[in-house]
This record gives sequence, structure tokens and C-alpha cells, in this order.
Amino acid sequence: MKIPGHAAATGASRRWQGEGPWAWLSAAAVALSLLMLGALLVLLATRGLGHFWPADLHQLRLADGQRLIGVPVETRQLPDDSGYERRYFTANRDHQGGIWTWVAEDAIEQDRTPNDLIVLQRGRWGAFFGRLVAVVTETERFGGDRAWQALRQRLDHLEELRQQSESLRRDHILPLIRQMERMKEHSRLSEQLTELEQQALTLQRAMTGTVLVLETADGKRFEQPLESVLDAWHPNSMGSVEKLAHWSRGVWQFLSEGPRDANAAGGVWPAIFGTVLMVMLMSLLVTPFGVLAAVYLNEVAHQGRLTRWVRIGVRNLAGVPSIVYGVFGLGVFVYGIGGSLDRLFYADTLPSPTFGTGGLLWASLTLALLTLPVVIVATEEGLARIPLHQREGALALGATHFETLTRVVLPMATPAMLTGVILAVARAAGEVAPLMLVGVAKLAPQVPVDGEFPFLHLERKFMHLGYHIYDAAFHSNDVQAALPLVYATALLLVLVILVLNLTAIFLRHYLRLRHGVPVRR
Amino acid sequence: MEFAREKASLDIQGLTLSYAGKPALKDLTLRIPRNKVTAFIGPSGCGKSTLLRSLNRLHDLNEDVTREGSIHLEGHDIHDPRVSVAELRRRVGMVFQAPNPFPMSIYENVAFGLRLQGRMSKRRIDDVVEWALKSAALWDEVKGRLRASAWSLSGGQQQRLVIARTLAVEPEVLLLDEPASALDPISTLKIEELIRTLKPHLTLVLVTHNMQQAARVSDYTAYLHNGELVEYGPTDTLFTHPRLRRTENYITGRMVG
Ligand SMILES: Nc1ncnc2c1ncn2[C@@H]1O[C@H](COP(=O)(O)OP(=O)(O)OP(=O)(O)O)[C@@H](O)[C@H]1O
Ligand SMILES: [Mg+2]
Repeated sequence: MKIPGHAAATGASRRWQGEGPWAWLSAAAVALSLLMLGALLVLLATRGLGHFWPADLHQLRLADGQRLIGVPVETRQLPDDSGYERRYFTANRDHQGGIWTWVAEDAIEQDRTPNDLIVLQRGRWGAFFGRLVAVVTETERFGGDRAWQALRQRLDHLEELRQQSESLRRDHILPLIRQMERMKEHSRLSEQLTELEQQALTLQRAMTGTVLVLETADGKRFEQPLESVLDAWHPNSMGSVEKLAHWSRGVWQFLSEGPRDANAAGGVWPAIFGTVLMVMLMSLLVTPFGVLAAVYLNEVAHQGRLTRWVRIGVRNLAGVPSIVYGVFGLGVFVYGIGGSLDRLFYADTLPSPTFGTGGLLWASLTLALLTLPVVIVATEEGLARIPLHQREGALALGATHFETLTRVVLPMATPAMLTGVILAVARAAGEVAPLMLVGVAKLAPQVPVDGEFPFLHLERKFMHLGYHIYDAAFHSNDVQAALPLVYATALLLVLVILVLNLTAIFLRHYLRLRHGVPVRR
Repeated sequence: MEFAREKASLDIQGLTLSYAGKPALKDLTLRIPRNKVTAFIGPSGCGKSTLLRSLNRLHDLNEDVTREGSIHLEGHDIHDPRVSVAELRRRVGMVFQAPNPFPMSIYENVAFGLRLQGRMSKRRIDDVVEWALKSAALWDEVKGRLRASAWSLSGGQQQRLVIARTLAVEPEVLLLDEPASALDPISTLKIEELIRTLKPHLTLVLVTHNMQQAARVSDYTAYLHNGELVEYGPTDTLFTHPRLRRTENYITGRMVG
């Protein structure tokens, strides 16, 4: 038997799947998007992660007798087409002024990579390229071959002292100071504080006293206090394995340490932590509100004109520019609610604000507000998709409206809710503009979670990867030098959002399995 | 007439029901006998489901529905304000056309109605679940995988699971709205078999488009047309000697076609 409509239908669907210009066009669009995404990730990864690779140092002698040590970065044609010139990263900002040098290829007389060149990572002025002449302590002088060994030993010791002093400051001194701010009577505490500060000073003193004698490419010697040196290595004498180990250590430090040098160097741990914590708080805030609102709109409210208007309103809120939410958060949360909280509960510390200034709580709330429409819309769609006969099945067993909702409808709608949360996370994690108004900080090396009661400090300012990118890219002394870190941070932001999303997606998958809902695409 | 002597479980008096002013049931009066199978037949859209859903007040949710007339369950008005709707729906269970197991395990589906009634020991729930699944002739097929998702069952098994779920709260009346219309012949036979075994324990009301099915399982048959009750009587009589021409046309039209 022939069914005419049937044949026509399969013909049409086949054309859609494999033939005609539309299929090609849409396939090309997909391919292009994927390609661009791939290119973006590759760019971020090579530029960002390449920064941690200990590249060989080149020692150059130029035709005019000038000497320099540097790492070649890029090559370009000379304007008059007479050849090429190379840009070298030469570090030593404190001695040469700039850290970049352009060299015409023809002008290079000699290009060597001697094994004794070292790189010093310093707390200020960025890196140093050159030679180590000697290590001078208060009592001894280590020159020649012994210098490097002496430096390594002392650096390790220094690192220990640094950690001790940091933990003393973070875990003992700062909490004490905050406690004193809260209390009126603190003669006993200030005694304690003096004692702690004495300890800190002792540690500080133990770190000082040793200087390094260094030599730059042109033979100038100068002294560098050891305590300002963070790390030292010999790139030219390192094998691939050693370099890889060094690279991994660099990446790890980037992930696990705080920023240095006005965010132009160092790590981004507080920013990772701040971003993730803020997004999780936001999800915790937005999910119940969004779900309740959707349940009300879809299950409780009379489906009349008012409900329809509210629904249209909610959908349009999703289109409001995020900075507007920032302004709202600043006006209502920070100054309005935060200000009142301060007057009511923190009157003794005024005029220095506690909640009356931007902070983690207000930022999360602002972003929760920003993503609320997404969660509401997704949940509502999920609720509307649940077939009537599922609800009637429960009602027919004697379940009340509420029981039907909580035991059948909501569990079935959880995947849809999680879809909403996934979209919300994706949107919130990348937002920077509103955060600048309600609590993000350029530098807040102390993460908002610590051992001090109440452990999670909602009123503190926090760092954010997105803002860190902006800050490092536009506010550092040398944008060129900070660029690799900008790329690395951007890559990290993408990865963090990816991980957050994957977590939610796995959770959704797991819930679907548990509720026996077939996994649909 | 033998019919008159049957004890009524449900007594419907002058029931008129409209959707947004449009009547779907017109002044229906009929009594549904206890511990018998009563079938509602009639063309599509004649109001069979509407009537069935009135019997456990599923229309309560629909604001457009208006009703006149009364329905008594075992002598008590089901619309009495003192009657709890949840309680009524437990006493008058309902199985729908499309199987609608909840997205939970087989066990939890059957236990659903019990859990609504408050705390109950695990042992007791286990017993009831087993009993209900046995009553619905499903136990042997699922006893090894009670924790599996109910959606992993076949359509026929799902429908029997839904019946088990309804039986678990021990209803007095079981309403079945075309329970087998989405099932294959073998599953259909199983459901019919089940209806027969349940008859001694409760009152069954069956909506069906399948005349043979009505003839096979029901004791009484009501023929509805356009919201009106056309003819109602013992199934044997109605199918062999219908009083009205209209009834005969409908039955024979379907049986021959
Ligand atoms: N929720 C509703 N709102 C408005 N009208 C309805 C609604 N449900 C049913 N109706 C109307 O009431 C009449 C009876 O419908 P009902 O579903 O009871 O028929 P039925 O006999 O069960 O038909 P079928 O055999 O196709 O299931 C039909 O005209 C239908 O259009
Ligand atoms: Mg029907």
C-alpha cells in the first residue's frame, strides 16, 4: 500500500539531511564556529602557557660593540625592506629602563647561549638576566662556582621564612587586628599584638643581610638584596626534563599563589577562588528564588492577563544590560541595605563600612538578580513540558496539589532547572561590569574563606578572574610584559566556566538517570 | 429486573456538566452496581471520560467546569464540603488511557499512594507493594528488579503497574478509561483477565471503544451519545436485544466493521 503523504515527508527530510545548499551552509557555519573557538583556545594556550617555559637566554654582541642578554620574541621586516629585525625581551627594567630591545639581524656579530647565564625572579622590577658573580653574607663571601650553590640553599631557606612570616601575618596578626576593631577594650589584645609584631620583625630580620653581586650583559656590576629574589634558574644549562619541571612549577605557582607587582606578575589563586565562590553563592541564591518564581507563575497563579504580563516582563529582564544591574546593586544592596545593616549592627565601627561597601554577598546577589530570568524561564519551560496525565496520576491517588508538585512535578523538572542554572552560571562567571560596582577588588590576596569565625566572610571584597584580566591588561606599567599573564588568565577563566558547567551537566545527567527520565538531546 | 436488585456503589442523579457553558453531560441518571464491571460505550466525544472523571472529582481543577446534579458513593454525597477530595480519590481510583508511571522505581511507584498516607513501616510497605503487584499480575515479571526505573517496563507492564499503584491504596471503585487502547493484543488480554479477577473485590467502571471487550468483561453496559444516556442495562441484553435502534446501530456498526 502506498501512502502519498508518507513518501513526500521522507523525501523532504532526506533533502534536509544531506542535499542542497542549506545543508552545506549550515555545516559550514558550524565548522567555522568550531574553528574560531579552537583558534581562540590555541591562542590563549600558546601565548599564556608558553610564558612559563624557561626559554634559552641569548647573549648577543652587536656590530657597534653593544652587548645584551635576552629572549627573542618576534621578528619583523625592516621598513626599508633591507632585512629583518628581532625583538628581544631583555628584562632588567631597573638598569636599562625598558625591557624590550629591537635588534637588526644584520647587526648581530655573535649570538651565543652560555651556560652560566641566570634568570632571577624578583619581587620588584620584574626579572633579571645576567650573571651571578658572588653571594655575600654578613660573614662570608661565596664567589665563582660556589656562588650558585650558596644562592640555591639560601633561596630555599628564604622561602621557608617567607611562608612562616606570611602565615604569622595571615593567621594571627590580621585576625587579632580585626578583633580589636570590633572591641572597645583591648589593652590585653594590644599586648598580644606587640608580641606578634616582634616575632614578625625577627623573621623579617632573619631574611635580610645577604646580598647578591650581579653582572649585566655590558659588564656592569651591582648588588641585589637576597630577600627581594623569589626564584633563580639557569635556563641554558637545563635539559628538557628540567625545563618541563620548571614549567610545571611555574604553572602551579600561577594557579596557587597570589599576584605580585601590581597584578603584572605572580599567580591568580585569589581570583580563581573568588570567581568560583561568587558563582557558587550566586547559584545558591538564584536557584531557590528562580524555581519558586517559576512554580508560582506556572502552577499557582491564575493564568490571566496579569500573569502573562509578568511573564513578558521577566523575559525582558534578561535583556537588560548587566551594568544596569550593577548600578541597581550599588544603589539598593550596597548603599541601601548594606548601609542600614551597618547602622543597625556595626554602628561602633562606623564610619568605616562593613556591609555598606561592595563585597562578596552583594556581588553574588547582584549576579543572582541578573541571572534570575534565565532560571525562571528554563524552569517554567520544564514545568510546562510535564504532561498533564503525570499530574493527574498523582492527584488520582489522593495526592494534594502540593504533594503532586513536590513529589512528581518538581523532580521531573529538575533537569530543566539545572539547565537554567547552567545558563546562569555561564552568564554570571563571565560578567565583570556589574562586579566593578558591587565588590570586586583589584587586590584582595586574602580569600574570603578562612579559619576565622564565621569562616565565610560575605562582607569582604574579592578578586575575580575577569576583572583581573582587565586590570592586568590596562593598568599595569608594561602591558606587553603583562600580556602573557592576561592570556593565561583568560584561558583559566574559560576553563573555570567549563568546569562549573560540566559539574552542572553531570549533575543533570545523574538526576535524569535517577528519575529514569530517558536522556534526551 | 435483576438490575434493580443490585446494590449501588455509585449513584448518579441528574448530572449535567459543562465546559465553559457548553454541556458535555446532560441530565444523566444511573446507578453503578457494587462488585460488578460496568462499561461505558459510545462514539468519540460523547462524554465517557467526562463522566468518569466526575466520579473522583478530577474536574475540580478545571475552573471552566460547572456541574449540576449529585453523585453519591455508598450513600454519601461526594460533593459534600466535609468530604476530603484526597480521601475520595483514594476510594475511587483511576487508570488512564496512556500509562503514566511516575519517574521513579517500580517499588516507589506502587508505594507512592501509601507514602502520602503518612508514616508506615518499611515492612508494611513491602508487604503492600508485593500484594498490589501480585493483584495486578505483575509480580512475577518485576520481582527481581523492583528498584529499576518504572519507565524501563513495556507499555503493557506499565499499565499493570499503574493498576497496581492504584490498588495499593485499596480503593472501593476502580475507574478505567480505555486502559488497553494503547496496548498490544496480548497485553490487552492480560488487562481483561485482571479486570475479571478484581471484580469480587471492588467495583469497576470501564470505558472502551472495543465492543468485544465490553461484551467480554462487563456485566452492565451504558451507551452514551452526545452527553446523554441512551441505553443502560445488563451487557447480555444490551448486546443481543438492544431496546433502541440507535444502540443497535452503534454496536453492530462497530462489530461488523
Ligand atoms: N477540558 C475540556 N475543556 C473543554 N471541553 C472539553 C474538555 N474535555 C472534553 N471536552 C469536550 O467534552 C466533550 C466530551 O469529551 P470526552 O473527553 O468526555 O469524550 P469521550 O467520550 O471520552 O471521547 P473519546 O472516546 O474520544 O475519549 C467533547 O465534546 C470534548 O470536546
Ligand atoms: Mg475519553
